Amino acid sequence: MALHFELVTPAKLVRSEDVHMVVVPGAEGEFGVLEGHAPFMSTIRDGAVQVYKTEGAAPETIEVRGGFAEVGENGLTVLAEHVEG
Amino acid sequence: MASLKELKDRIGSVKSTQKITKAKQMVAAAKLRRAQAAAEAARPYAERLSGVMASLASKVSGDSAPLLLRGTGSDKRHLLVVVNTDKGLCGGLNANIVKAAKAKARELIADGKDVTFYLVGKKGRAPIKRDYADKIEKHFDTSDVRQPGFEEADAIAEDLLERFEKGEFDVAHLVYPIFQSALAQDPTVDQLIPVPSPEGEGTGGHAVVEYEPGEEEILEDLLPRYVKTQLFGALLEREASEQGASMTAMDNATRNAGDLINKLTIQYNRSRQAAITTELVEIIAGAEAL
Repeated sequence: MALHFELVTPAKLVRSEDVHMVVVPGAEGEFGVLEGHAPFMSTIRDGAVQVYKTEGAAPETIEVRGGFAEVGENGLTVLAEHVEG
Repeated sequence: MASLKELKDRIGSVKSTQKITKAKQMVAAAKLRRAQAAAEAARPYAERLSGVMASLASKVSGDSAPLLLRGTGSDKRHLLVVVNTDKGLCGGLNANIVKAAKAKARELIADGKDVTFYLVGKKGRAPIKRDYADKIEKHFDTSDVRQPGFEEADAIAEDLLERFEKGEFDVAHLVYPIFQSALAQDPTVDQLIPVPSPEGEGTGGHAVVEYEPGEEEILEDLLPRYVKTQLFGALLEREASEQGASMTAMDNATRNAGDLINKLTIQYNRSRQAAITTELVEIIAGAEAL
């Protein structure tokens, strides 16, 4: 079991994969999302989303601008206006 | 009866027209595929966003709701955002969009409302100017970019929201073509501002969702994004519709040109034969007279 992570921009679906943990730069501070996280919604500030594919692995960072994150039953969805890299 | 030379020239000119329409048709077919792919790629974002909107909007209601959701409280001044294409050669597409916009405008005016236009794209200007010259608020030019993308949608949305905050209008409608197929593009009128409350399935409506910073703040952040997404979707639909309509129109034009060439060629051959016959008759008559 892993966390299902989706990163979506208006132009396309950037990521849709199962990962271990994602650290999201929330408007009121960074938060990490693991599998089974309680339903949660937050706006995000411009910054880097860190994706940990497996436990203890080096994170992959994705720069995002403008948007929000939603954690629901089917995982974490980050809606961002711009994604770099 | 046209002379042989005239007919020949005519055939030549129709042939070169046919070359142009054929080329345009093939270009449109190639572009259509790309435009359709772009429209499809944009769908997940729009779906997620409206899902989140639905779940939020049901929680925040009444006076605490942001202005964009609840509106200004009156519906006197309407703004029609009409999305047209920048280039022609696409059959009746622009005429249909303009017709839909004008019908909506007439309906609103008949109800005693004020109507102004906000035009996106070049081809809607002239026909709307003819009837509502003093009602056009602004032209938004998208002709200098090759493929209108999110930046343009962003710019249009910013402008609209600014005008809305200044109180220049109460309700905004978006008129744009929806791409059904290469043969059918339906002009549609959607309400853009105030954002109509999405109905139905709130995603995870039963679960207790925690919000950060708070429902209202998120909604306030979300609504402009929603407007932007709507406009972006409209631009993509426009792109696909334009290419689809263009492909069909140019296909027809190519076929018509082919028919015309055939007809002219027959006429040309007949006149040529007639000329030969006359010449022969003259020679024979001359020989007999000797």
